[in-house]
Amino acid sequence: MKPAAFSYIRAESLGEALDALAQYGEDARIIAGGQSLGPMLNMRLAAPEVLIDIMGLKDLDRIEFTDDGAMAAACVTQARFMGRLELPRAQPLLYEAMPWIGHVQTRSRGTICGSLANADPAAELPLLLATIGGVVIAQSKQGQRGISASDFFNGMFETTLAPDEMLLAVKFDAPKPGSGVAFTEMAERHGDFAIVAVAAVADQDGVTLGLGGIGAKPVVKRFDGLAERDVKAVLVGLANSLDPQSDPKADAAYRRRLSRELGLQTVLKAMERRHAV
Amino acid sequence: MLYEKGQRHTVAFTLNGKPVSGEAEPRMLLVDFLRHEIGLTGTHVGCEHGVCGACTIQIDGEPARACLTYALRMEGRELRTVEALAGDDDALSPLQKAFKRNHALQCGFCTPGILMTLDAWLKTNPTPSEQDVREALSGNLCRCTGYAAIVRAVMDFVKERRHA
Repeated sequence: MKPAAFSYIRAESLGEALDALAQYGEDARIIAGGQSLGPMLNMRLAAPEVLIDIMGLKDLDRIEFTDDGAMAAACVTQARFMGRLELPRAQPLLYEAMPWIGHVQTRSRGTICGSLANADPAAELPLLLATIGGVVIAQSKQGQRGISASDFFNGMFETTLAPDEMLLAVKFDAPKPGSGVAFTEMAERHGDFAIVAVAAVADQDGVTLGLGGIGAKPVVKRFDGLAERDVKAVLVGLANSLDPQSDPKADAAYRRRLSRELGLQTVLKAMERRHAV
Repeated sequence: MLYEKGQRHTVAFTLNGKPVSGEAEPRMLLVDFLRHEIGLTGTHVGCEHGVCGACTIQIDGEPARACLTYALRMEGRELRTVEALAGDDDALSPLQKAFKRNHALQCGFCTPGILMTLDAWLKTNPTPSEQDVREALSGNLCRCTGYAAIVRAVMDFVKERRHA
């Protein structure tokens, strides 16, 4: 389908973009790579009055790797971030999971922040941020604030950004020394949205498990002091407690089973990959 | 700068090495602009939500969906479509020749998108394995399901290029 009519602002400065957001509020959407928003516009699931294009803002193109984490500003594409040589050491879970995001033709334009702001419950990046932990920087004309990863996702396609705020950057926390990670997902075709996606981080104190495709936002559970012999029982208990949706792709029982089986494999793999520091 | 909805605005970019310009409403998809305003119909319209890959072109050298961006966003960019692959004398490119040799197309609808994906991808992947090729093609659907011949054509092209 074709999108409903909208006016288009090609922002030439961050100030211009923020002014427009302040003026149009809920009637406006920020567009960067457009790989999450584009399909929604074409299917008329979103029909904003105004699109504010920020992709020309060169200041929002920064990537930074520091001791406490990895930062990507609003216009950093998935492909560019994945190409950084620091990534495997600095963010092993992102390094392992990002090839599962879309396809080479969508990662070339799709941004990290755009996928987070769109908050699709079956998308990989919201799950990864929720599992790894971190903070998003929200910017409006009034100023800036940090929102922690655990407070950012509010529901299906919903975040806690205010109507006049845009996502300026995201920072993923650095992994604890010695931790092991693993990621997998089940989709109809490689690169499609996940039916269930599973991310696990195992550190010396326990395991963090994230599930995507279950309900309206990523499900993240922390298991302190988890021993390998208890993983199966924990996963059975967790899967039984989930209340996933049924849709034409998969029913709730299948999603629960995927969570249990893929969860088991992924957690064990992450634990196996732990190493001494 | 604001471009009013419902009105046509001028946009200019480089297409297959030549400057082009035309008029588009803000909501006009790039793929429709290429076909209806510029008149290059090699780029095909499939699913219109980024899944099938039929509309894949190259934007600043990278493969991208022409259905997931708007003509006005292309101001000043460099675009390549399937029409750029053959030389000025209309001779097929080596990749296209490999497709022909290996019967890598049936109805041909998906072919332009597949060629533009591979043309960009093969530049940075000189010696891919068959599995690499299948992964690179995961973003392009062939409803004739002719994938085996497509993969064969790519491997044939890679082999030929290595010997050249």
